[in-house]
Amino acid sequence: MPIVVEIADAHVSAADIESVFAYFIDVEKRFSFFKDDSEVSRMNRGEIRELSPDMQEILFFAEKTKQESHGYFDISRPDGRTNPSGIVKGWAIRNASRLLLAKNIQNFCLNVGGDIQSHGKNENGSEWSIGIRNPLKRNEIVKVIYPRGAGVATSGSSERGSHIYDPHAPKKELNDVVSITVIGLDVLEADRFATAAFAMGNDGIIFIESLPACEGYQIDRNGVATMSTGFPQYLAR
Amino acid sequence: MVDLRAQTNVGRKTALSLVLIFVSVAYALQQHLGNAPATTVVSTASQAQEISIPAPVQPTSSPSPEPSSVPAQNLGPYVDGAYTGKVADAYYGNVQVQATIVAGNISDIQFLQYPTDRKTSQQISGRAMPILKQEAIQAQSAQVDTVSGATEISNAFVTSLGSALAQAKK
Repeated sequence: MPIVVEIADAHVSAADIESVFAYFIDVEKRFSFFKDDSEVSRMNRGEIRELSPDMQEILFFAEKTKQESHGYFDISRPDGRTNPSGIVKGWAIRNASRLLLAKNIQNFCLNVGGDIQSHGKNENGSEWSIGIRNPLKRNEIVKVIYPRGAGVATSGSSERGSHIYDPHAPKKELNDVVSITVIGLDVLEADRFATAAFAMGNDGIIFIESLPACEGYQIDRNGVATMSTGFPQYLAR
Repeated sequence: MVDLRAQTNVGRKTALSLVLIFVSVAYALQQHLGNAPATTVVSTASQAQEISIPAPVQPTSSPSPEPSSVPAQNLGPYVDGAYTGKVADAYYGNVQVQATIVAGNISDIQFLQYPTDRKTSQQISGRAMPILKQEAIQAQSAQVDTVSGATEISNAFVTSLGSALAQAKK
């Protein structure tokens, strides 16, 4: 998953940027569902008596999101194991952002696989601008938003626009929604609600509309977008 | 339009890929995700050619190489056959692909599993349907600092395809 760290502060050092990457690598080691020696894997094998405070916080957000999304967001898998990946990414970006703020770095943009936390201004002294990718045409941008410190996350599948079908039911229509972009108080909020909303299919944007501090832009397979009431406020530069 | 790849090289931006994806996988993904028809073949640069796929691939257990209908020129990095990738978690469900190798190159990728089990019929109770603004999406020419787009299922796709190709390696 590509990680882009951009820091616009004049006094930034290579070590500052490295520390962000080091943090993400550390999180990957500790919380990957796919690494045998991660805390998540050890928890799933019942090898841990006491969970780390970080793990407890991740599980707390998972449970909170499950309740807020009426069960659509759920990190427990059919095989009984727990996969907290749906929380970990947003949580890690939020923490990396706090790490930079603690170093008195004020102007930055962190983008991990399309989930974004920005702060302050870009190198030109302007608001950070974020393009929403066209899920039906990957090298195209269909909206430009200015989050002004809010978090941004997109959930969906870019493949559904092309030749994807369910091999068990080739004629069955897939869900109409191909992606939903959510703007939230921070990237963790945006990410967990984007994930939950996408799982709701066409109702995702209605769920986002119901959340007081979230806005969303949902795109269906026909290239029609539905936006929440407050979304246009983020279009102004 | 914005070149998404060039963006990571601009200014102070530093990019790092945590997941190492070898070039052929990235290329195959690009081919697959683009508007290329299913019969497009990923060929080596030295021998660019198009080959039609003989017949749709039926799901098989892995790996099950079958004789190639293409004559001896097996220049690509893989052994001909159909290879089933491991099941990868796309969070919403599982993704599993099968890669077909013809003349040593990827000729087709099919989805054996894809998340379809969402509870879409369930309504969010007690809430009146708000009237939300709709619009047709339109390409923007503006330059942006960064881009947000969906990744989860793409990642699972790459994971499953990577394991299929690992089996096909010479």
